[in-house]
Amino acid sequence: MTEQRSEAKTRLDTVGVAATDPDHQQPWADLGLKPDEYANIREILGRRPTSSELAMYSVMWSEHCSYKSSKVHLRQFGDNVTDEMRASLMVGIGENAGVVDIGDGYAVTFKVESHNHPSYVEPYQGAATGVGGIVRDILAMGARPVAVMDPLRFGPLDAPDTHRVLPGIVAGVGGYGNCLGLPNIGGEAVFDETYAGNPLVNALCVGVMRHEEIHLAKASGAGNQVILYGAKTGGDGIGGVSVLASETFESTGPAKRPSVQVGDPFQEKLLIECTLEIFAEDLVVGIQDLGGAGLSCATSELASAGDGGMHVWLDRVPLRDSTLAPEEILMSESQERMMAVVTPENVDRFLEICAKWDVDATVVGEVNDSGRLTIEWHGESVVDVPPRTVAHEGPVYHRPFARPSWQDALQADRAEDLPRPATGEELKQTLLRLVASPNLCDKSWITDQYDRYVQGNTVLAQPEDSGMVRVDEETNLGVAVSTDCNGRFAKLDPYAGAQLALAESFRNVSTTGARPLAVSDCLNFGSPEDPDVMWQFAEATRGLAEGCRALGVPVTGGNVSLYNQTGQTAILPTPVVAVLGVIDDVTRRTPSGFVAEGQQVYLLGATREELSGSEWAHVVHGHLGGTPPRVDLAAEKELGDILVNASRDGLVDAAHDLSDGGLAQALVESCLRHGIGARVWLPDDLDAFVALFSESAGRAIVAVPRSEEVRFTDMCAARGFPHARIGVTDGRGEDALLDVQDQFSVSLGELRAAWSATLPAALG
Amino acid sequence: MRIGVVTFPGSLDDVDARRAVTFAGGEPVALWHADHDLREVDAVVLPGGFSYGDYLRCGAISRFSPVMTEVVAAARQGLPVLGICNGFQILCESHLLPGALIRNDHRRFVCRDQRLRIENNRTPWTSDYAENAEVSIVLKNGEGGYVADERTLDALEGEGRVVARYLDGNPNGSLRDIAGISNERGNVVGLMPHPEHAIEDLCGPGTDGLGFFTSVLRSLVDA
Repeated sequence: MTEQRSEAKTRLDTVGVAATDPDHQQPWADLGLKPDEYANIREILGRRPTSSELAMYSVMWSEHCSYKSSKVHLRQFGDNVTDEMRASLMVGIGENAGVVDIGDGYAVTFKVESHNHPSYVEPYQGAATGVGGIVRDILAMGARPVAVMDPLRFGPLDAPDTHRVLPGIVAGVGGYGNCLGLPNIGGEAVFDETYAGNPLVNALCVGVMRHEEIHLAKASGAGNQVILYGAKTGGDGIGGVSVLASETFESTGPAKRPSVQVGDPFQEKLLIECTLEIFAEDLVVGIQDLGGAGLSCATSELASAGDGGMHVWLDRVPLRDSTLAPEEILMSESQERMMAVVTPENVDRFLEICAKWDVDATVVGEVNDSGRLTIEWHGESVVDVPPRTVAHEGPVYHRPFARPSWQDALQADRAEDLPRPATGEELKQTLLRLVASPNLCDKSWITDQYDRYVQGNTVLAQPEDSGMVRVDEETNLGVAVSTDCNGRFAKLDPYAGAQLALAESFRNVSTTGARPLAVSDCLNFGSPEDPDVMWQFAEATRGLAEGCRALGVPVTGGNVSLYNQTGQTAILPTPVVAVLGVIDDVTRRTPSGFVAEGQQVYLLGATREELSGSEWAHVVHGHLGGTPPRVDLAAEKELGDILVNASRDGLVDAAHDLSDGGLAQALVESCLRHGIGARVWLPDDLDAFVALFSESAGRAIVAVPRSEEVRFTDMCAARGFPHARIGVTDGRGEDALLDVQDQFSVSLGELRAAWSATLPAALG
Repeated sequence: MRIGVVTFPGSLDDVDARRAVTFAGGEPVALWHADHDLREVDAVVLPGGFSYGDYLRCGAISRFSPVMTEVVAAARQGLPVLGICNGFQILCESHLLPGALIRNDHRRFVCRDQRLRIENNRTPWTSDYAENAEVSIVLKNGEGGYVADERTLDALEGEGRVVARYLDGNPNGSLRDIAGISNERGNVVGLMPHPEHAIEDLCGPGTDGLGFFTSVLRSLVDA
């Protein structure tokens, strides 16, 4: 009996064997498949799957690859795209990344993606390969990657595990991105206890190409050759997608280290240059990167999107580890690999360019019109499936969801009812405490580990409101990107929270002078099997889809990351929203810091008493309750227009978005940027505390030169947009003051000391 | 004037260096690591980056590339050569410059705007700067700590071969705050900070870096 079993284990499980041995027990449950999913596979194939087929289906039908829980909700993004929004959209959801037209024959592609679970297990490699993966997605569209950004979420700064996770993640993001020569132009670093044990590593990449250079992932044209190029295939990341992305981290259980992939940024740099040279000579029909699910994903998606058939000789795949079985080769997530479909006459030239860059390239397959994806291993058939059933027709779940029973109590517990500072001295102490808090403090300990200058086109980078790069050195055409999300707002009201994330990102882009064009999102949530979490997800996607429609910016692609929870505790719902904008002339960009003395400081937008979910409530009271700030997307749009026009017409010298920490934090940041002080008088109709620390949305401060003041205020008045002169820039250097009249004044030196000490003190 | 910029596998700032040459008024010429060919250039820049991934020692593999055979030979004949960051590391590995560059003392990659003093303005790469000019250019490195034995350091100081020194804080643990050095003849300069990222106000901390590129063009005209 024992002997028979071991013999069966080593025998190659071919299609022929599967047909004649229907009752063979298969480990479908261990691979993350549900009973009905396994039954469904048997029905599709009319027999049991071979072990290679089972590997492919299990990994492609995992939550991470199939979006089976989220698909029904994500449809709203496409449904809410109007013809007007479609005007600049060249490639929408469904490809590796969306593409938008930015004029002058240029197209831009961008996408934000998660690499959360691997980054908890192995912070450096998890974060590094997160950057690598999104860069290959952008490259696969035909674009040269030009910038990256990283929205990050960590547990409390003083938690011991944060000191393991954060330095590793930051070093991994930097180590990989720096070595690729991609400027890191921004991102976020947010701390909250729900991310302890479940940090979020989202990675965004922006790429630029000419319109005619757009490439898609499809295998068409019978007889065309399928080339696998880049790194050799090893045992890393086997099962990484289905194991790591579909389970939560329990305190017990086997170590999961072997499932994490290891990155080689040097190989990826060669892959980028090699691929761009191949694009320049127009040598490929279709192209796909290998990321999650490796060859299973690339072969099935290419075949599925093409004319429908492909044959692969799996034994031709160059291996790092010669002992790998066919199932393992299909599931391996070895990094830095791409797959291209090439017409026979272009194969030699393709291989020649790869050789120039010392990149391995092997013809591993051929497109045909069989309608099947067939894979052989040393002459024996191990896979014979309809590719669409693997790649595009996976299971779809209508998960139950319901408004959590605790939601009403949470919303009733308002931060507006908490005790608040009253005297000028108390306000000053509150300010100093807030600017030094982990979420509001200086992030240069992190961002100084990222190269923001490489490529020589970085116009704005952290800590500016959005990152901005020049696309064309002759015309100064450029793009700006911001990523934002306040997870506390999303917890209080997921619908409004998602819209507030969108509004903030939209506002950040327009604050720098760029016109928002498109959205990418990374939806990080807890377990979809929890109806409370699923309700958060459903509400957030609905809010985001409807918000995008109201603002006229389409979602072009993105990523969903579920199961972000430790035990029963889900993370704050975190729909990170990235907005991309275009600016005709980057020399017109508006920076966030005050640049000259004697300029008028205006507050744009309406301030209400909105403290629930605020940084003040979080830091001072450890409180989360109430309802988030009111969303007014019409006002956001109006404010955006004002900021973009002011930039174009040269009416403002500085502008800064108001968000976390409110007016007080924005003033501090604008003052500290270049060491210029300000005298501020708060509006009479508002309580000083509310004026300083409320986090009402739809607001910004601007610094207006006296010569432009009339034109600027006329523009605001003509649009009926609230604008109040609240101060004047005054003084220079560390002794200059932020003076809030009748309340307090504090020197920039004292503010800077508080603001910049936090991360170095905690992290060394 | 034709200024060659070598691209090694993993070079990152080659495009930026060529742009800086153009800004300075020169003609940039792309050189390929695998060619035994300097394409009749009048000077060579070895740009920053992570050649061969810096997986061994930084610059240790690049020094064996075919183009470096030509660069070393020409440098010994007096060809002006500037190695920036990874290029500086390659020059040390090639023994065109003494000493070595090791991991930053704080063990982290650092990217910041760095104050420098140009202490030797008699090299072909620094002649456009005033003596002891204080400038601000981009610094970005993971292995930028300059080390050499005491005798070498004393010799570099004594012979005026410390080309640039860090001001306002040492960013990487370099001995004696050294940011850049030259060979005895002065034609070969290694510099850890990146002047090619400080050539226009729009995309860097100013234009203080342009002087390295205008210097060499003027030196070549005057020669």
